[in-house]
Amino acid sequence: MSNHHEQEQHLISYSTYFLIWLGLLALTGVTVAVAGFKFKNLSVVVALVIASIKSILVFNYFMHLKYEEAFFRVMLFVTLTFFVIFITLTFFDYSFRGIIF
Amino acid sequence: MTSTAATAKVEFHEHHDYTGGKIGMWLFLFTELLLFGGMFIVYAVYRYQYPQEFHQAAMELNTLLGTINTIVLLTSSLSMALSIATLQRGKRKVSLAFLSFTIFCALVFLVNKYFEWSDKIHHGIYPNSEELLNFEKGEVLFFGLYYMMTGLHGIHVLAGAIILSIMAYFIAKRPSEKYYFYPEKLKDLQGSKLVIINQKGEEIWNGATINESVDQFSVNIKRPLTDKYIDKNNIGKLENSGLYWHLVDVIWIFLFPLFYLIT
Repeated sequence: MSNHHEQEQHLISYSTYFLIWLGLLALTGVTVAVAGFKFKNLSVVVALVIASIKSILVFNYFMHLKYEEAFFRVMLFVTLTFFVIFITLTFFDYSFRGIIF
Repeated sequence: MTSTAATAKVEFHEHHDYTGGKIGMWLFLFTELLLFGGMFIVYAVYRYQYPQEFHQAAMELNTLLGTINTIVLLTSSLSMALSIATLQRGKRKVSLAFLSFTIFCALVFLVNKYFEWSDKIHHGIYPNSEELLNFEKGEVLFFGLYYMMTGLHGIHVLAGAIILSIMAYFIAKRPSEKYYFYPEKLKDLQGSKLVIINQKGEEIWNGATINESVDQFSVNIKRPLTDKYIDKNNIGKLENSGLYWHLVDVIWIFLFPLFYLIT
């Protein structure tokens, strides 16, 4: 009747969740500590890379994306691709304004 | 046993499109990602134009409060995931405890946000304040984005807390629904007695006589007739609410370094 998904559902162990949580806390510590260093322009890149790693952990484990059908990851990929297109086009505009006008 | 004079059937409407529901939830989450994405693009452009002013303005923000709120949200995500994991294993009460803790974390986050904002407002930094209008243009833009983006995120936290509370209600509530039978040949049974008999043939309940005034039977059913209630076998709604909660967490993961850590 309705229980067919039970077999398909992948049960993630409690310890995995705790490890992911510890990893997320550690990365938060790293991002706060690193913010004190003077990386100049690199610091925003470092912050975004750490934030991306953290969100990949949340997406894959807390949101089960790793254990879902590939279709879900394709949908996320399409969304992020659109976001990259938007931000690239916006910066093409802003970066060259001074040159053209 | 003689032939049955009256027949009755209970209908269970338990059709859940589990995968369909999840795809729908993810599609909604993508619109949320692009909603915040649009604001992140505005942030990126202005930070690119006013890097110094953004650094200057970010000094005003309380990094400690921001870090505490990050830890609170990450911990709430853990307890949300554990709430689902325990319910999958049939531990209803543990699941409810984790879910309540998640809602508690959401409230702690909002209380922190309240202190943070009221501190800023107390110092005269709020949209269109006289104090703020004396600031550099880039700083005004920074605080505009700060109020807009953390504000919209705060509304999402509040919405998440409300949704999770509704989910907690549907986990906690035991189904108890009356189901009514209207047997076709009821009048043939007039004068008979309604009895409940167990497998051994013992009469568990020696019931009432069906007289001419009786026109229906009813059963108080303690298992869900619809997929309204959340339990081990019907966990989709809780999982989808969890997805929403984790997305709120992901957005904060990006907001935190971009506003609090650029000093």
